[in-house]
Amino acid sequence: MIEVNDLTKRFAERTAVDHVSFVVNKGEILGFLGPNGAGKTTTMRILTGFIPATSGTAKVAGFDVFNDSLEVRKRIGYLPENPPLYMDMTVSAYLEFVARIKNVPAEKRQARVEDAMVKTNIQDKRHELIKRLSRGYKQRVGLAQALVHDPEVIILDEPTVGLDPKQIIEVRHLIKGLAGSHTIILSTHILPEVSMTCDRVVIINRGRIAAIDTPANLTTQLKGGQSVIVEVQADRNAVSALLRDIPGVRKVSSDSAGSNGHTTVIVEASPGQDLRSEIAAKVVGKGWPLYELRGANLSLEEIFLELTMEDSQHAEASSN
Amino acid sequence: MKGMIAVYRKEMSHYFVSPVAYIIVAIFLVLTAYFFNRLLAVIIQEAFQAGFEEGQFGGGAAFDVPSLVMRNFFGVLSTLLLFITPMLTMSVYAEERRRGTMELLMTSPVTDLEIVLGKFFASLTLLVIMLLPTAIGFAYMLHHAEPTAPWSVLGSEYLGVLLLGAALLALGSFFSSVTESQLIAAMLSFGAILLLWVLDFGSQAGTSAWTSAVQYLSVFRHYDDFTRGVIDTSNLIFYLSFIVLGIFLTVRSVDSMRWRRA
Repeated sequence: MIEVNDLTKRFAERTAVDHVSFVVNKGEILGFLGPNGAGKTTTMRILTGFIPATSGTAKVAGFDVFNDSLEVRKRIGYLPENPPLYMDMTVSAYLEFVARIKNVPAEKRQARVEDAMVKTNIQDKRHELIKRLSRGYKQRVGLAQALVHDPEVIILDEPTVGLDPKQIIEVRHLIKGLAGSHTIILSTHILPEVSMTCDRVVIINRGRIAAIDTPANLTTQLKGGQSVIVEVQADRNAVSALLRDIPGVRKVSSDSAGSNGHTTVIVEASPGQDLRSEIAAKVVGKGWPLYELRGANLSLEEIFLELTMEDSQHAEASSN
Repeated sequence: MKGMIAVYRKEMSHYFVSPVAYIIVAIFLVLTAYFFNRLLAVIIQEAFQAGFEEGQFGGGAAFDVPSLVMRNFFGVLSTLLLFITPMLTMSVYAEERRRGTMELLMTSPVTDLEIVLGKFFASLTLLVIMLLPTAIGFAYMLHHAEPTAPWSVLGSEYLGVLLLGAALLALGSFFSSVTESQLIAAMLSFGAILLLWVLDFGSQAGTSAWTSAVQYLSVFRHYDDFTRGVIDTSNLIFYLSFIVLGIFLTVRSVDSMRWRRA
């Protein structure tokens, strides 16, 4: 549905998007994850036809975003970082205007506006001036604006910013409900959001793609398998030495000395290995009391930090 | 075309949901009513005086009150436009840029030209709405005057005001599109219009090619013929090309927003 090929955007002083390629399949939710200034917004603006790319191509529903910009724009609903609202309009007048400018035929307009208001739960605010709404409601009107013409592709730049926790959950449900019939790209710097809503994640940093995969794969595969947290009542060095000898263990790092003579260590296993039973056997074989043994996947947060840190270290190293 | 109408309707509703349009129209109508009243009173008085002198000493020229009132009034009107049009156009693009709503328009299936034309015709409509009530006084005057002036003169004068206003609106829209600040937009267009206005004074002396070129550029100079009831094709062409140039520059300016955004 969306094909991005070798996309680059250079501004006078920096490269915002640097040879980015990815594909989004029909009905999929793709998450853009990255620190502020990573190039998420720029990529989205290129996809929506707001700004042209310096080089590379992007296609939406088979249309080039630059050469067939109007065709692409017909098929896209876009919520920019700051919702593009006319403060002096009422909610329903605003949505009607958006429906009109997005080519919704007159006979369907009323129904589409109604539908967008129901989906984003703003029906009771329809006659209010947008400037009188709270931040959360404004955000939802912005979301309604992106849905009102029932576009094939929906691009949301930080859709849950400014919402309270309950609204965030509602919006995530809404986005999940839209998948399937719509293709969605959303950007965020909130990590749980990605693992909760997205089918696949693009981690983007300094304009480059650092990783692209499903949230599950990113958490397991990418960083070389499972790690196990072991809490034992024994001397730290003895525990480390014992566990390091188990075949398949890549690394043993002690977490903390712990109180009352307990030692907690993190054992990183090679990919695809489950060492929990062996660790248990070894520890028990020594006669040490075993207090805790649990597998811990690296959280997306850790992967994210690691990927983006590595990259900046490389950058610094190469610039020296 | 559909996109242009959508933008046009949004602009019109925007003018009339905010107090801005009402205030501008009200100020304009108060001023025009005052000038109309004063001009009529003064010129009627002069006519009486002339009639009295004619009776005493004989001779003297006939006094065409309606034509004089109209000419003077439309002269004043052009000066009023100088102040009013920057206020009508200052927010047209600057506010959309500041609020980020330009991003909505520019990612919607409408061309830049449709956006620009929609906005231009909306501001022109507001100008027409402002001018309409001024016709009431003239209709009354022409109906009661003896001898009356031809209605065609009034028509030519309104055509002139409309063309002059449209040219100034096109210019003001362009200046609004180059900045995010309404104030800067208003100052730029006011300054530019003022410059076009003084070009007329400054260049009246000389006869060189330079001064005649400068004179030609003065938007107010081409307006004079219209106030005398003369519709000259060269003046029509001047205003129409001025408007087209303004619209063209605005489209380029809107397009350039895509390229320079960092």
